[in-house]
Amino acid sequence: MELLLASAIGVFTAAGVYLVLRPRTFSVVMGLSFLTYAINFFLVSAGRLAVNMPDILAKGKELADYADPVPPALVLTSIVISFGMTAIMVVMGVRGYFENDSDHVNITATEEIIARSRE
Amino acid sequence: MNHLLILPILLPAIIAPLLAMAVRNDIVLARVFSTAATFGLVIIGCLMVWTASDGQIRIYELGAWKAPYGIVLVLDRLSAIMVLLTACLATVVQLYSMAGWDTRGNHFYSLFHVLLMGVNGAFLTGDLFNLFVFFELLLIASYGLMVHGGGPTRFKAGLQYISINLVGSVIFLMGLGTIYSVTGTLNMAHFAERISQVPESDQALMAVGASLLLVVFGLKAALVPLHFWMPATYSNAPPPVAALFSIMSKVGVYAMIRFSDLSLLQQGGPFSALGTQLLVPCAVLSLIAGSIGVLAARSLSQQASFVGLASIGTILISFGLFTPESQAAGLYYMLHSTLAVATLFLLIDLVIVRRPGAGDGFDSQPFPQQGYLSALFFVGALFVIGLPPSSGFLGKLQILHSLRSTSEWPMLWGTILVASFVTLLGFAQAGSLVFWKSSAATKTDPHSPGENNHSESAALESSGKSLPLAMPSVAIGVAWSLLILLMVFPGPVMGYLDATTEQLFDPQRYISAVLEPAGASER
Repeated sequence: MELLLASAIGVFTAAGVYLVLRPRTFSVVMGLSFLTYAINFFLVSAGRLAVNMPDILAKGKELADYADPVPPALVLTSIVISFGMTAIMVVMGVRGYFENDSDHVNITATEEIIARSRE
Repeated sequence: MNHLLILPILLPAIIAPLLAMAVRNDIVLARVFSTAATFGLVIIGCLMVWTASDGQIRIYELGAWKAPYGIVLVLDRLSAIMVLLTACLATVVQLYSMAGWDTRGNHFYSLFHVLLMGVNGAFLTGDLFNLFVFFELLLIASYGLMVHGGGPTRFKAGLQYISINLVGSVIFLMGLGTIYSVTGTLNMAHFAERISQVPESDQALMAVGASLLLVVFGLKAALVPLHFWMPATYSNAPPPVAALFSIMSKVGVYAMIRFSDLSLLQQGGPFSALGTQLLVPCAVLSLIAGSIGVLAARSLSQQASFVGLASIGTILISFGLFTPESQAAGLYYMLHSTLAVATLFLLIDLVIVRRPGAGDGFDSQPFPQQGYLSALFFVGALFVIGLPPSSGFLGKLQILHSLRSTSEWPMLWGTILVASFVTLLGFAQAGSLVFWKSSAATKTDPHSPGENNHSESAALESSGKSLPLAMPSVAIGVAWSLLILLMVFPGPVMGYLDATTEQLFDPQRYISAVLEPAGASER
């Protein structure tokens, strides 16, 4: 379980970092999605791994028979936020593609000069 | 419970959807509502400073849940002064935007108020995860504002800005997760209490989590080596938005101060070395990179972005030393530099709209109303560089004075003074190229209008025309009168800030105010 989760987080993060560093918008969006997957798994593990345990500490039970409910709540929040962020990112990417006729992420020096003279 | 604490979050939260839904087709009504709300925020900010100045730390339990189980808002001197600073800056930007920027795209004011809600929330919250949520809130609004008015390069810069901030959010969550797994709490006061009880075996994990959080705050504050997004973002954002963004980098600085003074880097604590060994060198590098950037910039707005970077460096040098005197001086300088840099962006916008074809590049093209704008820019640059008798000079003087107690003072003095000089050279270059030489040059035919037929510049096509200056002058005048107040009354301001750092250096008071609210009344 630990090995599986840890390697999943690692693979997602590695894929995410690689894709974020690619030069095209689409890969960057995909990379950020991978990073958010990784972080969601990571947050689950922040409450220590507990399988088949109740979220509420019952009377007469040990602390070991209990799964921390806070990390899943954090994960929910972060899923919602990352979903919204991905949507914004896609909208920006599409708009940027139509405005620039290219989906490259970097700003070239000539583009900067053109932008300045358009103001 | 004192309901004043939630007002700076509640007021923008009510006004933003109102502006987006009810008055979206009526710009005059939107301006009226937005201005009224911004003035309301100033009044709330003043009330907060007045309330907090008795030294008591007040908390607001959301949903009446007791800390550390519920989320609390905490009002101490530092958050009060930051809320007031935000409100003052918002007023300046609000007044300036009414001169025309608000009509270049939709929903300017509602995004503006969402951003203010996020900033105020970040200043007031006492919960780390809630801090993350408010960060995201202000970032979402800033993404919209960043591309306000449109344009190809602005969208590209906006995309870069979003990407870097999303990566920042991911790192933030990683840091939070790590810290939670070690201490089992997200409440700042509870966390501060538990940090000293972290067992030896978990210390390394704790240091990793803390460093991740510092990386995120450094990213938001644009601290070298995490500053690469800043010049591209600030110089491509609409200038009034760039002015507003100067408070956003201060949110990163604030989080760093709050977090480090309260718990993490507090002198004598287990992680105090992180501060002096990491923060001060990075801050010195920021100052150096910023001042070299000012010299190397090829346009006025790039120059203003780099001067912002340099000011972050100066502020964090004084914070990184962790003495009450240096932090009070740093806070004073922060109040000054936020307003001064923001005003510089507004001044640059006034120049840009009068020079179609040249924008804010360093070519000597004559433009209308040149004498007045040159004078304004001169004063603005004076404030930003920190030449006497401006408030920036007083701030730097106090920082230099407070550095005397450290052993590295010759090096730090040298860096700050040389960096100020280099900044001065950069601005002298800009001033002589853009303002002085162009007035000496003969009036050449400006670029033929209509060539760059872009929707945004439609109103500005008739080049060489005088544009109204009344509203922008009022906005800049407000900012400068605040700076002059700082300059004329440094005594009372410093008195407040000294008390602020005294409060910051006594984290036990914060902890007991949050965790034992009944006993919070004694000082």
